[in-house]
Amino acid sequence: MTTRNTTSRPALPVLDYGTETSTHWQRVGSVLNSLGPLMALMLVFAFFSVERPTRFFTWPNFQIILIHMAVVATAALGMTCVIVSGGIDLSVGSSIALCTVVIAQCIIAGQSPVVSAICGILACMCIGLLIGLLVTTLKLSPFIVTLGLWGAVRGFAKWCSGDTNVNPPTRVTHTWLFHLLDILHDDQWQRIFPIGVWIMFALTIVVGLILRYTRFGRHVFAIGSNEQTARLCGVRVELGKVMIYLFATFFVGIAGVLEFSHLRIGDPTTADGLELNVIAAVVIGGASMTGGQGGVAGTLVGAMLMTVVNNGCTEMGMATSIQQIVTGVIIVLAAVLDHFRHRRST
Amino acid sequence: MTQVQSNIPRLQMQGVRKRFGESIALAGVDFAVSSGEVMALVGENGAGKSTLMKILSGAYQPDEGEMWLDGKPYRPSGPHAARSAGVAMIYQELSLARHLSVMENILLGMEPTLGPLMNWTQMRQRAAEAMAQLGRPDIRPDRPLAELSIAEQQLVEIARAVAVGCRVLVLDEPTSSLTLNDIPRLFDLVRRLRSQGLAIVYISHFLEEVREISDRFTVLRDGQSVGGDSTPAVPTAKIIAMMVGRDVADLYPRSPRQRGAALLEIDGLSGDRKPIGASFTLHHGEVLGIAGLVGAGRTELVRSIFGLNPVRSGQIKLGHYSGARPPAQCWRAGMGMLSEDRKVEGLAIGLSIADNLTLTRLGPFVSPLRLLSDSRAWVRRLGIHCLSPRQRVGDLSGGNQQKVAIARLLHHDVDVFLLDEPTRGIDIGSKAEIYRVIDELACRGKAVLMVSSYLPELLGVCDQVAVMCKGRLSAPVPVDQINEHQIMLAATAGTEAA
Repeated sequence: MTTRNTTSRPALPVLDYGTETSTHWQRVGSVLNSLGPLMALMLVFAFFSVERPTRFFTWPNFQIILIHMAVVATAALGMTCVIVSGGIDLSVGSSIALCTVVIAQCIIAGQSPVVSAICGILACMCIGLLIGLLVTTLKLSPFIVTLGLWGAVRGFAKWCSGDTNVNPPTRVTHTWLFHLLDILHDDQWQRIFPIGVWIMFALTIVVGLILRYTRFGRHVFAIGSNEQTARLCGVRVELGKVMIYLFATFFVGIAGVLEFSHLRIGDPTTADGLELNVIAAVVIGGASMTGGQGGVAGTLVGAMLMTVVNNGCTEMGMATSIQQIVTGVIIVLAAVLDHFRHRRST
Repeated sequence: MTQVQSNIPRLQMQGVRKRFGESIALAGVDFAVSSGEVMALVGENGAGKSTLMKILSGAYQPDEGEMWLDGKPYRPSGPHAARSAGVAMIYQELSLARHLSVMENILLGMEPTLGPLMNWTQMRQRAAEAMAQLGRPDIRPDRPLAELSIAEQQLVEIARAVAVGCRVLVLDEPTSSLTLNDIPRLFDLVRRLRSQGLAIVYISHFLEEVREISDRFTVLRDGQSVGGDSTPAVPTAKIIAMMVGRDVADLYPRSPRQRGAALLEIDGLSGDRKPIGASFTLHHGEVLGIAGLVGAGRTELVRSIFGLNPVRSGQIKLGHYSGARPPAQCWRAGMGMLSEDRKVEGLAIGLSIADNLTLTRLGPFVSPLRLLSDSRAWVRRLGIHCLSPRQRVGDLSGGNQQKVAIARLLHHDVDVFLLDEPTRGIDIGSKAEIYRVIDELACRGKAVLMVSSYLPELLGVCDQVAVMCKGRLSAPVPVDQINEHQIMLAATAGTEAA
């Protein structure tokens, strides 16, 4: 074996390796990395709680916040994987709209809620498969591919729905599919959160475990950090990318189901620009747009931070314009943090 | 520091110190270079050369110490100040704009103008003057930079320094990206600039180059200048000893090896353009070296064998199985490859040591703790200098990065090692360790294919050497029946077919 006589050799000098300094920065960096968004969230939360204790800091309002973030956060789980792998998906909002339309039409066609939801999710995964194949076989940049699909899928959703809302018959609106994100009644207190919020939390844990404890998850990081290294090391990069987009659009599909549950109709114009909120949540959560870095816990915090800001601003009676400015500032701050993290590596 | 001339040196540094937090990067550097002189700066990676460069260029401020330029105190506040004072750096990675023309690159940031307009006539003229000063008036100023070869691009970078009238030119590993044919031309240029009165600081790992080009040398070790002299007066072995602070008596260990059965058989392998009909057999317990010029097709050969480049014809037989296969199957069949380019391909520098080391050998489910403990074992065995396997590979020195890349093959426990330039750009201490690892592998019956541009190392480490020239591979020759001269002849002959 490759043992060596360690005593015969003088220790290597500790000099220019920069280990000491970089560890210092690494520690600061990793603390900021994991706790920065969380601290920001707590700060914002505390601010609104003090300012509006009777309206913001209430249990029903917490539920509203969680309900509002569920769609973005669920889609952001998939987006985290895509961004960590060095890709991007701009078609998320359009896919969600398509999903609601497909579900509504399946229900009109007499399918059960389960089958309808699965059809909606499959529709999104078809988009994911298409993205994956275009990116890998034609070697196109995911930005361009998904920018094209952003328009095409939205158009397809409108075409499917005849450019109007698709209203399911009222006889089915009592089923579970229409009540995933309802505010709980007083007699449902034992559920704690609406089902949709539970789904969001459960999926976050699942994706977190997959990213950390499976080969697929580690390959996501490897592809994002350095595609060539991954290829050299026997990672099937092309297959991996297709799998990543399929995996990600599964969560877009779930987000579509939640959105449908919220709207209770198929609306081809819904979730317009939602992809930007989804990307913002991932970036605020500490993922690097160049790939190789990120995590779902941060993403969840990022999504929550944006929702809390919007909700709190509304409770404070601020105009939407102010909310948008604040959200924008948070995104830029997150980018500054990202820059700060990367500086230590150069 | 030895002071060779009575007049004031062009650039002088005295007692320069720099620390980053706890670590001391420079612990007192004395250094002087005169006009019309080539001063070589040598030292292992991590000796402080890059920090010294950054202080010279104004990117860092020294904590202590004095610097003088032509007798006047010199303390640049930033790269721009250094440049306008007449100190120019040519880094290993060229900093040129590929989409612009040669003249735009040369005069970038100081374009001659006529009021708000660009003065293209003057620009062309000044660029042409600079290229003429370098002895290459044939490179037209309006050619797009991307059309030029790497060597010519480097020339443009030097022209940029000359165009501003630099007095001190610092060249950092200038030959690392050049082909063998371009190196003599670069040396001619350096001599030309020296005769024009420039003071030249030449940083290099290759002591042969230092010997050929420099008038004097200074050795940096552990952040200190430990000595220097007139280059012709000191034998190379002594310079090495000064660099590493100890004698490197047996840099190339060679234990008795047992050549076993054939393991990898390549027959008439042809790729897209290179290689052309390469054939050889690699046995258990054998180190086969492949020599040749840069661009001869050595890397393409290795990549074709490993399934990273297409195979047009020919046989690859590994163990009982034959046929080309993608990298994933190569690893599964017990063959691993080390890339020649650590940063671009070899390692994911943003990921941790553990992630890099174990990437080829992940089961469907991964235990991060297991990865860490596995990695820790390799860190200890190879003496990888790091704080923990969680550390980012990008934070390590080149030598330690390379050890991580090699540890990946060891961890996968492959039988066939395809090593493409395993010691490129790393310090002598790490080189010695990598030679030791290769020797041990051969003793344990592993088969090693090693591509290298550094002939002493090929002759020192390998059992057989084959030479590649213009895509064709010669038959392997036992290493004791060939010398550097014969290899160079074969590498440059051009007609020697396999």
